Amino acid sequence: MSIMINGAAMSLPEDPRVSLLDLLREHHHLTGTKKGCNQGACGACTVLVDGERIVSCLALAMQYEGRAVTTIEGLADGNELHPLQQAFIEHDGFQCGYCTPGQICSAVGMAAELKRGAPSNVTGDLSADTIAFSRDELAERMSGNLCRCGAHNGIIDAIGATFAARPEVAA
Amino acid sequence: MNIVEQATKVTKTAAQGLMKKAVELAPDSWIPGGNPDPLIRQQHGHVGKPVSRLDGPVKVRGAAPFAAEFATEGLVYASVAFSTVAKGRIATLDTATAEAAPGVVLVMTYRNAPRLKPMPAFMSAAKAAGGDSLPILQDERIHWNGQPVAVVLADTQEQADHAKSLIHVVYEAEAATTSFEADKARGTEPALFQGELMKVEIGDAETALAAAPHRVDATYRTPRHNHNAIEPHAATVSWNGDELRVHDASQAVVHTAWSLAQVFGLDEKQVHVTSPYVGGGFGSKTLWQHQVLAAAAAKLAGRPVRIALSREGVYRMVGGRSLTEQRVAIGAGDDGHFTAIVHTGVTAMTRHNAMPEPFIVATRSAYAADTFKLDVEVVHLDMLANTFMRAPGEAVGTFALECAIDELADRLGMDPIELRIRNEPDKDPTQGTPFSSRHIVEAYRTGAERFGWHNRAAPGTRREGEWLVGMGCATGTYPYYRMPGGAARITLTRDGRATVAVAAHEMGMGTATVHTQVAAERLGLELDQVTVVYGDSTLPGVVLAGGSQQTASMGAAVIAAQHALVGELLKLAGNDSPLAGLKPAEVGGLDGGLCKLDEPERRESYASILSRAGRDEVTAEAEAPMPLELQHWSMHSHGAMFCEVRVNAVTGETRVSRFLGSFDCGRILNPKTATSQFRGGIIMGLGLALMEETQFDERKGRVMNPSLAEYHLPVHLDVPAIDVIWTDIPDPHTPMGAHGIGEIGITGTGAAVANAVYNATGKRVRDLPLTLDKLL
Repeated sequence: MSIMINGAAMSLPEDPRVSLLDLLREHHHLTGTKKGCNQGACGACTVLVDGERIVSCLALAMQYEGRAVTTIEGLADGNELHPLQQAFIEHDGFQCGYCTPGQICSAVGMAAELKRGAPSNVTGDLSADTIAFSRDELAERMSGNLCRCGAHNGIIDAIGATFAARPEVAA
Repeated sequence: MNIVEQATKVTKTAAQGLMKKAVELAPDSWIPGGNPDPLIRQQHGHVGKPVSRLDGPVKVRGAAPFAAEFATEGLVYASVAFSTVAKGRIATLDTATAEAAPGVVLVMTYRNAPRLKPMPAFMSAAKAAGGDSLPILQDERIHWNGQPVAVVLADTQEQADHAKSLIHVVYEAEAATTSFEADKARGTEPALFQGELMKVEIGDAETALAAAPHRVDATYRTPRHNHNAIEPHAATVSWNGDELRVHDASQAVVHTAWSLAQVFGLDEKQVHVTSPYVGGGFGSKTLWQHQVLAAAAAKLAGRPVRIALSREGVYRMVGGRSLTEQRVAIGAGDDGHFTAIVHTGVTAMTRHNAMPEPFIVATRSAYAADTFKLDVEVVHLDMLANTFMRAPGEAVGTFALECAIDELADRLGMDPIELRIRNEPDKDPTQGTPFSSRHIVEAYRTGAERFGWHNRAAPGTRREGEWLVGMGCATGTYPYYRMPGGAARITLTRDGRATVAVAAHEMGMGTATVHTQVAAERLGLELDQVTVVYGDSTLPGVVLAGGSQQTASMGAAVIAAQHALVGELLKLAGNDSPLAGLKPAEVGGLDGGLCKLDEPERRESYASILSRAGRDEVTAEAEAPMPLELQHWSMHSHGAMFCEVRVNAVTGETRVSRFLGSFDCGRILNPKTATSQFRGGIIMGLGLALMEETQFDERKGRVMNPSLAEYHLPVHLDVPAIDVIWTDIPDPHTPMGAHGIGEIGITGTGAAVANAVYNATGKRVRDLPLTLDKLL
């Protein structure tokens, strides 16, 4: 039984109670994924599973056998930061940095949802083929990721600058 | 605190009063900041540049290690059981099943915990950091609903959490004081904050109020709040013989080391606390019982311990902001001149802490008035000790004061900005000392123009479809503090690199980045030639990341250390140097060396000085002077806060559509990180205004929403693009001309929102948060 994490096959835990979050942090020392509430309310533990964003604290690790997980540690290409990581620095999209990995992973997943035309609560025209990367769309779709330092403006600016201005950036 | 202790403190305060008078009357040049920091004059260096965070790359990669992320051999995980009654004793305690559960290493209760002294409560001594001063697992007594009663250690977190669920506790509950109203009815006590009675009486304010041709007199209420840093409190703790090692999440590493030493009967040097990254603090990341429990359990089990509180655990055992009930009454003449300001009220605290929410602090220096009556009273409840949370006092005090001013302006038919300007004081209205720097009027004028304040309509008259639109403003203010104990060490090497070491903290304020800029400019080096090290109790200084004072504390300490370093370098330079014969005060850093300040061609590089002296490096350490400037001048930051809201006429839902903070906070050292700090404070203020409340069951004394799902924080869609501008006028009496800016953003914001809601709807809500039910 194994799971692909950032491209490498890794072992799954024997204890069925272990969450995907704790598997990452405690078993494989991938501590970039953060624990903020352990009940799916803050988004700090967001990772990508086969490209979809999930809160890893509410996922039992065993259920992800054979799946491909991308964490914050897997986004950069070696020393080359992902464009969104670079944009977070440029736009000051964080202060303490604790919610940051979750915000970044969530935004990558969110951009893919938006690009394939999945509507949100603020989408005006539900039948439209494409949805604009408007400020409200981004803010609505990122509202599951809490930030307490108050870097919200920088986060949305960074996401907008990365995906809205440069739609070619792979999500 | 009993009445004898209070009386002793008051007497001591009186003796200090004489000293205070002498400091007030001393010539400026005798006072720290009397001669302006030379850095204020330099306008083209590193200071003031929007440098991106130097710790940005590690943070966006998830490579910054936080307290619960330090791997240690043999680590065991802790899980904490909490009491479910507010007062009483543990009658029966059955831990046998838990002890027998898989993976369990230890179950620690009052029966087997090592003997410990209570934590020194914050503000009870210079380096005290404890949230409370209660016994920790020393007896069967229960003091609050949520008190730790057992700690389980196990090989995994899952095993520890499961075993904890197997502990069976039966309590013998006793009658507890958990109702604010009921305790208030029994009588209140005067509040002492930082050794000072929270009481000011100048003239006869009640009589002046009664005689005033125009007056407002209302009661404002603010609920309990929690900090809710996204990183829950955590520590990784180990013993090496009698030495205690703590990887902590801390905004007070030296205070924590000293306080833990008191608890365990150690010398403070035997306790080493580090905290390189802190996932948000806001006043909460000091010493609470969890670090003590982890250290005690680690000692008992002989294993390193990771204690990572659950989110509920944070609510149960880390205090938040207390509730307040405030009366603000203002009397005014026909021209708007204030004849009386009354700001009194009650807050709740415990018998085991020293923190009455000091909601009158801002009012002491905000406006001129003929008479004042300010008073904070307290009741003592059986609850988790409350504590400091971002702008303690000012955040909620300015809500009441600045709403009252808006109400008065409305009654006078006067623009609320003009009413404020009309009552602008020319010196501190209650202390009589001169202001060091105060440009709030300019901040208002600039802000009003940028925000389009002149478009504000009469209350309840502007409607767009279902939405009622309104604008409000309020003054934000926070004191300039610099606490005693600042110190720094600078090490300069022959290759022209410097390391600046201070036991300070980086919780996201930008400390590491900004102080690299400051030190580089002071030393005449490039940014990549300077390293600032911090977050370690073995480094110099007693530097609390609190009271927005860390920048000032570090600034003054680095000035002192650089002065000492220059002295050393001049000695090493000797008579063969172009600098020969100069005194340290005449010399500054320039282009990788020292030069005469007013004759920069007299210069020698650091490399040259050190080479000639045959030295690889030179180190100097110095302490900052005592902060006498705080008594010599009245020192405050200000902000003019502007808010536009849209209130749904059908549902009562309030959306903040625009916000502008126009600040007067001295010189801004880094516009990029400063903007984030200002916005961060404002956003927490939007939470305070619209949604935040720690719900406390007055029957059981229990927090009922200990979760980020049920305690509502502003989320992305709640936060509009927030505009931030500043005067950038240096305070001539502070290091770098700067003020700390971590807290001011939350001040005034609650009132700006409430005033905008009034302007939109014509409804005045005086009871936070402004939820939709109050507007229907």
